[in-house]
Amino acid sequence: MSINSHTNTQDTVRVKTLIEESKDSRKLLMLGEKTIPKVLFVVAFLSLLTTVGIVLVLVTETIEFFERVSVIEFFTGTVLRPLSQNPEFGVLPLINGTIISSLIAMLVAGPIGIMTAVFLSEYASDRTRRVLKPMLELLAGIPTIVYGFFAFTFVTPLLRQFIPELGATNILSPGLVMGIMIIPMIASLSEDAMSAVPNAMREGALALGATKLEVTFKVIIPAALSGIIASFVLGISRAIGETMIVTIASGSSKNFTLDVTESMQTMTAYVVEVAAGDAPAGSTIYYSLYAVAMTLFLFTLVMNILARYVSRRFREEY
Amino acid sequence: MDFVTGVALNQTVEASNENIVYYTEDLNLWYGQTHALKNINLPIYEKEVTAIIGPSGCGKSTFLKTLNRMVELVQGVQTSGVIHYRERNILDKTFQVEELRTKVGMVFQKPNPFPKSIYDNVAYGPKIHGIKSKKILDQIVEKSLKGAAIWDEVKDRLKENAYSLSGGQQQRLCIARALAIEPDVILMDEPTSALDPKSTLKVEELIQELKKDYSIVIVTHNMQQAARISDRTAFMLNGELIEFKDTDTIFSTPEDKRTEDYITGRFG
Repeated sequence: MSINSHTNTQDTVRVKTLIEESKDSRKLLMLGEKTIPKVLFVVAFLSLLTTVGIVLVLVTETIEFFERVSVIEFFTGTVLRPLSQNPEFGVLPLINGTIISSLIAMLVAGPIGIMTAVFLSEYASDRTRRVLKPMLELLAGIPTIVYGFFAFTFVTPLLRQFIPELGATNILSPGLVMGIMIIPMIASLSEDAMSAVPNAMREGALALGATKLEVTFKVIIPAALSGIIASFVLGISRAIGETMIVTIASGSSKNFTLDVTESMQTMTAYVVEVAAGDAPAGSTIYYSLYAVAMTLFLFTLVMNILARYVSRRFREEY
Repeated sequence: MDFVTGVALNQTVEASNENIVYYTEDLNLWYGQTHALKNINLPIYEKEVTAIIGPSGCGKSTFLKTLNRMVELVQGVQTSGVIHYRERNILDKTFQVEELRTKVGMVFQKPNPFPKSIYDNVAYGPKIHGIKSKKILDQIVEKSLKGAAIWDEVKDRLKENAYSLSGGQQQRLCIARALAIEPDVILMDEPTSALDPKSTLKVEELIQELKKDYSIVIVTHNMQQAARISDRTAFMLNGELIEFKDTDTIFSTPEDKRTEDYITGRFG
């Protein structure tokens, strides 16, 4: 007993000495404790700075554009002819193309995405879910250029067998393929929202004699609605910003029409066309790039704000 | 010993058949390899409160969930034996669970209202069973909330989210939700274990009120509660039914040594 306590005392003394001895090396650490947060702040600030920089460039160049073309002409003009002898800069054909392609995409991705989410969250066994979810995420990892290629060389020829009047470039095919691209996003986010609904809710409804379908549609989906709507809004803003697929498969005709078999150009595809061409810096067509990019930016900004508002508005507390 | 208990129970069952709601016959249940319920022979009497007591893991909650087949939500559950409910075997796979659960309501350990308004919580059951008339739904909601002794507290805030209520109120709302489809039996799985003493008292008083119209089976780990509110008590241990008697007898003169040890607090 006495030997034991003696050893203990010795140990304590040694630890104290060791701590005392390493005090110097800790001083350096203490210095880091003070400086590292400052470094982190600067790095974090850098990304904010980039965003601000981009917006600033967009705004100044857009102002430059509007000194040459009136705001009213830009936002109400239905003709876009930047390369003509008498160029016209109406953005409506581009907005039209963007909205129609996004609409087609959401008509595909919305229902399929939500049905996939319902299956994964409410019906699939653990094993099925473990196989299906990574496969879905694989779909999300395919580069958009591959999707564009797929739309142009596979989907369009396929569709033409059913719709003979479909153009070689058209908005329908890239719209559908964009929808397929967005499915994983909507399915995965909606599934997360539904899985997050506590099991006690399911049990409560089942104990009242509800069928599984009634539990899903009258309890789980309403409870997960904020997450589901947010996934939809994110899907829409993904469709609005999508570039490659529409550039490849929809051509560059600036048609202002509702006929989905025709070629249309989206805002993103216009930016690609102009930026890839040799628009001389300082020309009106060069500045139109920024005005269109600014419009696009406003679109996605509105969608993001909407997503935030909606997910707060529909949040059901449980 | 078990055999004797079984025979004794069967005799009781035959003696007063018309008062019996449930009656389990050699009920066994396995979770995978675990034998969770062993040869349970237990009658549940009409318009009485039957308490099931026992230490954690004794199978009392499992038994309760077998009575409305909610236990099937767990994967790998197997059963044998018979559960007679009003002369039909509910373990028969052709028996529709939805039909059973419409007649047998359940109140859970933790209050689990839906993230909807107070009104919609109560109206949920009637709605899924096809009642659409707003007038009738209004009446059902009022009647059920009154039945669950919570009407006065919520009548001016029916459109508010159920989660704005206190825990005790939420539990009484869940009872109202169960009452709304006018069940025959109400199963309660430790309904007061998540509540404070004052809310517990209210729920206990409510149970006394409810047994005039409903048959109630309550699982509780609180022996005082069983003694206070139940007419009959079943004591379970390691998946077996050790003793089942009227509450006064089991708490004053338990027959089995294990029952005595448990209710005197020597284990559990």
